[in-house]
Amino acid sequence: MTVAIDRATGKRRPAAPGGGGPRPGPLQRLRNGYHKYWYAYAMTAPVVIVLGGLIGYPLVRGVYLTLTDANSLNSARTIGVNHIDATYRFIGLDNYADILWGPTAYDRFWSHFIWTIVWTAVCVTLHYVIGLTLALLLNQKLRGRTVYRLLLVLPWAVPTFVTVFSWRVMLADSGLINSALGALSLPQPAWLEDTFFQRAAAIMVNTWCGVPFMLLSLLGGLQAVDASLYEAAEMDGANAWQRFRHVTLPGLRPVSSTVVLLGVIWTFNQFAIIFLLFGTSAPDAQILVNWAYYLGFGQQPRDFAQSAAYGVLLLSILAVFTSVYFRRLKRGDQLGTV
Amino acid sequence: MTTTLDTPTRPARTRRRGERSPAAALLSHAALTVAALIALFPIVWLVFLSLGPDKDDYLHPDRILDKATFGNYSYVLQHTGFFDWLKSTLIVGLGTTVLGVAIAATTGYAVSRMRFPGYRKLMWILLLTQAFPIAVLIVPMYEIFGELGLIDSYLGLILVNCTTAVPYSAWLLKGYFDTIPFEIDEAGRVDGLTPFGTFARLILPLARPGLAVAAFYNFITAFGEVAFATTFMLDDSKYTFAVGLQSFVSEHDAQWNYMAATAVLIAVPVSAFFYLVQRNLVTGLTAGGTKG
Repeated sequence: MTVAIDRATGKRRPAAPGGGGPRPGPLQRLRNGYHKYWYAYAMTAPVVIVLGGLIGYPLVRGVYLTLTDANSLNSARTIGVNHIDATYRFIGLDNYADILWGPTAYDRFWSHFIWTIVWTAVCVTLHYVIGLTLALLLNQKLRGRTVYRLLLVLPWAVPTFVTVFSWRVMLADSGLINSALGALSLPQPAWLEDTFFQRAAAIMVNTWCGVPFMLLSLLGGLQAVDASLYEAAEMDGANAWQRFRHVTLPGLRPVSSTVVLLGVIWTFNQFAIIFLLFGTSAPDAQILVNWAYYLGFGQQPRDFAQSAAYGVLLLSILAVFTSVYFRRLKRGDQLGTV
Repeated sequence: MTTTLDTPTRPARTRRRGERSPAAALLSHAALTVAALIALFPIVWLVFLSLGPDKDDYLHPDRILDKATFGNYSYVLQHTGFFDWLKSTLIVGLGTTVLGVAIAATTGYAVSRMRFPGYRKLMWILLLTQAFPIAVLIVPMYEIFGELGLIDSYLGLILVNCTTAVPYSAWLLKGYFDTIPFEIDEAGRVDGLTPFGTFARLILPLARPGLAVAAFYNFITAFGEVAFATTFMLDDSKYTFAVGLQSFVSEHDAQWNYMAATAVLIAVPVSAFFYLVQRNLVTGLTAGGTKG
């Protein structure tokens, strides 16, 4: 279809393109190009303008801020009726140097960086494994499938900012979870105070929130796998594991690659859960996004420049990850084509 | 039918494809039941706590049963900013919804139907903007909005939400437009419609389900947005629910009972609506990606 139809104009191309006739000159071609793409550019203009204004411009301002020593004491501000002009200075790349290898850089950046990577890897793995297990269970003929499905999607249906508070109550000292652990004579960790358990709690809550999306996406993917492939595999004597390994997983690949990418991006950027679970009180359990927010808005004086620099670093990490991911995906597709 | 070797010896136990042994079925039910209970419990617990009249009741849940009351609900509805927050949430949510879909619709169509110089770049930008961490925009936006007087205003928050809603809607609508046969466009073109005419008169009416999914997604995004709403909304009558709910729990005082009642009041309509549309939502979410 894409061959036969000119996607720019939507008209069917003549069967034999050209059909004789001389090639038009450069000016004519430019005019043709303008006529050809005029509609496309007019239609994409709203998004381009809005994104330019709402993302492009702030991004440029943000990058500039990272090259200054802006904080809440030297930025432009209005107190009462007095307007105070900004007095921050340009300091070049000092913020980045300070973040990456300045004194105590490990405590400020690298420890959070490592925790962010661990957090993303563990959460996405848990989301995917639990989501896939539940999707496989739901994909069989089973009484009450619909009920299970409706219940399992519940954590996604209720807004995160609501359910996190429920977890916070349950995880509190002498809250429900610790009471239950106590009743079983198990140790009762300080979920909301001790760094290790804060991290465990955050992963637990995020897993609880994130599984339903994976479950539904993978269930959709499973149902799209051609049933005759399973029959063929069975005819060839494949056992259940082999069918899963060589039919189900490859069949899920398009869905998996999308949801894993989305999962990584969302988990990496997951601000709300840790913010609502601990506020700004748990410096060591903050992933980089939360730490950047803490620098810019959770402390006095607010350090705008460093906060923005963290933002730029985060975006760079994600951009690199996404392009590597896509490149891998493409290469895999070329090698893996049947 | 299958290649199982024991079929001749135990013909009575032959199972059809897709059927499991009773033990396997029992195991599946057990696993699913446990998972469903885990999914359900925090929400049931919230509902239960909302019935306890005292703010420390969460420490003694066993005592709630004897004194369960709807008092928290009437208190929340009468003596807190609940309706102010509802108003703010609706203004911001609907504003984002309408603006996001309106801006994104033509672009979604253009990238679905046309190939033009800059196409790949635009798609890449649409994808990448969804990966933007809040940290990269929140500081400069705070500064810019401060200059423009958009801090503590609904319009400011709507614009902030549009940074995710617009590219996502465009992406999602592209996926939906891709499922509408190209022949419809051709028919329109043959009958003398311009691409705009084709889009407005033929495709847009057909794309209503896709528009609805995009609208719903935009609303949910604006509804659940925490970071910007917390930072930019200063006046407590302009709080959205995501901020208002936090105001019950400060460092000095935690009114868990009121928090729980408010949470239930927020969650019930949202989740009810969610269940109505969630099947479409998932299709929409993954369609854009896999067909990219």
